[in-house]
Amino acid sequence: MKTLVAFPALALAFVLQMAVVARIPLLAGHANLPMLVVAAWALQEQTPDSWLWAALAGLMGAFTSGLPFLTYPLMYLLLVLFARFLLGQVWQVPLLAVFVVTLAGTLLETVFSLLALQFFSGQSLSWGDALAVITLPQLFLNALLVFPVYSAMRDLAQALYPLEEFV
Amino acid sequence: MRESLRTVILFLVVTGILALALGGYLGVISSGLNSALVTAQSWVSSRFVVIQEFITLPRESVELRRRNAELEAELARLQAQVVQYQQQVAQTDALAALVNFSRSNPENSYTAASVIGRDPSPFLHYIILDRGSADGIRRGMPVVTEKGLVGRVDAVIAKACRVQLITDPGSAVNVRLEKAGRETLLVGSLSGDLNLELLAQDTTVEVGDILFTSGLGGGFPADLIVGQVQNVRKRDSDLFQQASIQPVVDFSTLKIVLIITDFQPVNISPLLPTP
Repeated sequence: MKTLVAFPALALAFVLQMAVVARIPLLAGHANLPMLVVAAWALQEQTPDSWLWAALAGLMGAFTSGLPFLTYPLMYLLLVLFARFLLGQVWQVPLLAVFVVTLAGTLLETVFSLLALQFFSGQSLSWGDALAVITLPQLFLNALLVFPVYSAMRDLAQALYPLEEFV
Repeated sequence: MRESLRTVILFLVVTGILALALGGYLGVISSGLNSALVTAQSWVSSRFVVIQEFITLPRESVELRRRNAELEAELARLQAQVVQYQQQVAQTDALAALVNFSRSNPENSYTAASVIGRDPSPFLHYIILDRGSADGIRRGMPVVTEKGLVGRVDAVIAKACRVQLITDPGSAVNVRLEKAGRETLLVGSLSGDLNLELLAQDTTVEVGDILFTSGLGGGFPADLIVGQVQNVRKRDSDLFQQASIQPVVDFSTLKIVLIITDFQPVNISPLLPTP
């Protein structure tokens, strides 16, 4: 039942992404709010349904974006896989892990988007240009946005799946 | 008692006589005395005013604060109203321009639509409009503003559609240079810049030349204005010239657009030779 929160949360993230965040570019890049939401949710220790969040966000991305269909689902699932792997390696999630997952998500988006556009849409795109005008500005904006998103997701996770506090 | 009264009268008479006799020489003393009196008067008066204000001001302050709050509320209401009116004026101006455009181009039918979003991916240049198949919108329909070509409808659902802008890296529009009369291909890029491709070396291209859609390929109607040449790069070693194009439409501020609903795009892909 608690998993159903994913629907309004991710729908809100996509609405905000398309209506607001995508209209605030830096060069040609803009932040990816749904990706940050999925990553921040996956970094919460107590959340058992981060895979479902990734799949749902992937479907929503596939529905709303012009990118080839499997791009977003694969990207988000791989991002959750990386975040859960990182979570298993460290005792508590430090700020650095949040940044690492954000960096990985941004790079994954670049790689998956360019590969999908080249192989499925037949576009020849410059990886150097993509890195300079989209990925780096996007990474900067994602890094700015990740803290409030992580904080909101932590509160949401604590509200839905409260952790026992050790006294 | 009588003795002292007499002494006083005598003193006053003598003093009066002396004052009359020495009247011209007493000015300094007189002015000094006046100055001291005026200073004392000012001091007393200012202290009195302070005390009076201290007693009466609290009541006025409450009244002033209440009045100030009223005026601030009124100001906020009027400011909100001004912003609302400005938005309405801007929207009316935009709609009026679109109406003028549709009147001056009566050969086509148009449906106005608002831009409600952009593609979530920064690698694509798409916008989302609030009109869909329920409004008669179909895939492939061209989208314009009063200034010129915007793009074409790429995907449609019942109440919304997605439009591929001409700045998208996957977009290719057949265009015609107004002065040279030559046809070429306009392509978008990741950064949103527009460039001319397949522009023959012998074509004379000048900065400022206007580009129109040529209608070739059947993707767009002919003679829609697209942009103008911003700079030209011509090297003898290259097969083609290159030119960057300044679009006439500002894609970052798009709010309302027109969809050309009676244009039937032609799908020529079955006619293309397969390798």
